[in-house]
Amino acid sequence: MSDAIDARARTSQQKVALGLRRRYRAERRFRAYGLTAVSVGLLFVVFLFASIISKGYTAFEQTFIRLDVDYAADVLDPAGTRDPAALADANYLALVHQALRAKFPGVTERAELHKLYGIVSGAAEGTLRERVLGNPRLVGSHETLWLLADDHIDMLVKGNVDRNLPASDRSVDDQELGWIDALSAAGGVAVRFNLKFFTSGDSREPEQAGVRGAVMGSLLTLLVTMVLSFPIGVAAAVYLEEFAPKNRLTDVIEVNINNLAAVPSIVFGLLGLAMFIEFFGLPRSAPLVGGLVLTLMTLPTIIITSRAALKAVPPSIREAAFGMGASPVQTVTHHVLPLAVPGMLTGAIIGMARALGESAPLLMIGMVAFIADVPKSLTDPATVLPVQVYLWASSPERAFVERTSGAIIVLLAFLLVMNGAAVYLRSRFERRW
Amino acid sequence: MATEMATKVDGVRPSTPRAIVSAAADESLPGERIETRTVGQVTVADPVMSARGVNVHYGDKHAIKDVSIDIGRNAVIAFIGPSGCGKSTFLRCLNRMNDTIDSARVDGEITLDGQDIYDRRQDVVQLRARVGMVFQKPNPFPKSIYENIAYGPRIHGLVAHRADLDEVVQTSLQKAGLWDEVKDRLEHPGTGLSGGQQQRLCIARAIAVDPEVILMDEPCSALDPIATARIEDLIDELRQNYAIVIVTHNMQQAARVSQRTAYFHLGDLVEVGATDQVFTNPRHKLTEDYITGRFG
Repeated sequence: MSDAIDARARTSQQKVALGLRRRYRAERRFRAYGLTAVSVGLLFVVFLFASIISKGYTAFEQTFIRLDVDYAADVLDPAGTRDPAALADANYLALVHQALRAKFPGVTERAELHKLYGIVSGAAEGTLRERVLGNPRLVGSHETLWLLADDHIDMLVKGNVDRNLPASDRSVDDQELGWIDALSAAGGVAVRFNLKFFTSGDSREPEQAGVRGAVMGSLLTLLVTMVLSFPIGVAAAVYLEEFAPKNRLTDVIEVNINNLAAVPSIVFGLLGLAMFIEFFGLPRSAPLVGGLVLTLMTLPTIIITSRAALKAVPPSIREAAFGMGASPVQTVTHHVLPLAVPGMLTGAIIGMARALGESAPLLMIGMVAFIADVPKSLTDPATVLPVQVYLWASSPERAFVERTSGAIIVLLAFLLVMNGAAVYLRSRFERRW
Repeated sequence: MATEMATKVDGVRPSTPRAIVSAAADESLPGERIETRTVGQVTVADPVMSARGVNVHYGDKHAIKDVSIDIGRNAVIAFIGPSGCGKSTFLRCLNRMNDTIDSARVDGEITLDGQDIYDRRQDVVQLRARVGMVFQKPNPFPKSIYENIAYGPRIHGLVAHRADLDEVVQTSLQKAGLWDEVKDRLEHPGTGLSGGQQQRLCIARAIAVDPEVILMDEPCSALDPIATARIEDLIDELRQNYAIVIVTHNMQQAARVSQRTAYFHLGDLVEVGATDQVFTNPRHKLTEDYITGRFG
């Protein structure tokens, strides 16, 4: 009898030992799958960042050319009145051209001159005007200025033009190359921090284009979205989770909220176009309408995450409050909400981050227009960062490539800040029970 | 009182005694029909609460079947019975905690000092201030010890000044035997206390609003024997001022702390009587089987 049990135990042990090796193999295999998946994911992230940053960091620098500018009184103020209106209207372009001619006196032919004038950005004229209007005593004097180079020169200086190509395939011909090399040799070319990228709006000229307009548009749009979607979403979630009777109607509402979260965002754009612009007559391209559309899009996400946060509050807390004689509203506001707030905030910020990166619904309501002015109010025409990326990506100029990546870097920085805020808020408000 | 015979409550029970056969009893005692009309002493003189013909349905499930019982003043009554017998359900009827469950339906009459607590005019918030509750798992609010106690008096507007509130907090903690342990750390979170301390905090929280009845739903089932002994001593002290209803799975505990014991079986109140008598000389076959450990 006991022998039989012994024998069976032995064979059982052997079977276990046999199976053990297979089990450990399966476990190792499973871990390998996991590690591979994580590595692939990381690789893609690294690739994305490397590609964007290597292409985009040059957008934060810009080429400048040093020129001696002669604020000739006979050009700026032939009447000698120093009248600000006259000074504002004066021909500053002529001063830039004159300075360039003085630098390269050998260039006399009309076509060549035209090419020479082209190495400095059209923004140079405005720079001179600003300086003179700010200080009219400059008229009649000399000044050495670093003026913004045109984008094709900028590309050449940043090494984006292959000098070995035949001249006909280059955006910069041999003569321009010669001029820049000459200027460079004399220390007349410099690459500096591109402040304009952060202080100006969009432009057709790459060297003058900046993200300020898109950043402001994004901020205003997100402001509207946050102010509307967080309170509405939380109120809806609290009502549905804590007060609403469980019946067919609330089931239908719940299913529809879940479905709305999966609706393609461009559909919300069409809805916004039909409702806010056509029906309510709100202005096109305005951050207000953009914010409303993004609110429609974010609400389901916020409601779902807020309900999950409320569900995660242990029922014992509710029982304790009810048992003390707290009314349902007191139970929710005193006990349940404070515990659910971190989860709700995280959900809201994730929703906001999604709204920040959204472009499709905003195309439908006209936020895709070319807008050079920085928006100052909720009804000014504006565009947003992802749409700006799209606009620049579809522009033909070589210099817009780096600006596209630069705008993406700004967008990613925004997202990082928002996600950081989510993590911070979560740990700041989280309470254990 | 008619202690020697089954008490019949007039006007509530059907004229013909309802007899049911319980599945468990059926198995152990084949062929024998066990009658589950309540035997023992259902009524007491001057009850603080009394239930008459209470039925509870959870959807289609008949969880409490025609239960009638009185809760005496300044006494502890223990509800015992196997799991799922409805003792917690019945306990939760006494302060209308079942209101929070959508599918629950309560019929019959439960009175507190002669007033029907299921009356339309009865405010449930006020009821729960008079009938406090302590739960199975200690569930202090994730706030400071002070705030845990102060919460009830504050929402019910029992105190006007901070000094009064301080006093209520102190006396409640003293009554719950917790004051000496926590008086130097009232601002610490209540959730940082040990399990036994948390449960005494919950008791202190319940008595801070000065209720008439305290309902305890297996208050010691999550505690170690030492903490359990402290709570049992506390229950005995609290009896001086409050009526206490305790649900317990621990029959020794029921025997130690209670003056009356009620035995529930599959939704029926089978027997109720003085604790000594129920444990030493049960009248009903089912009670005897349960107490002697034949099932349950």
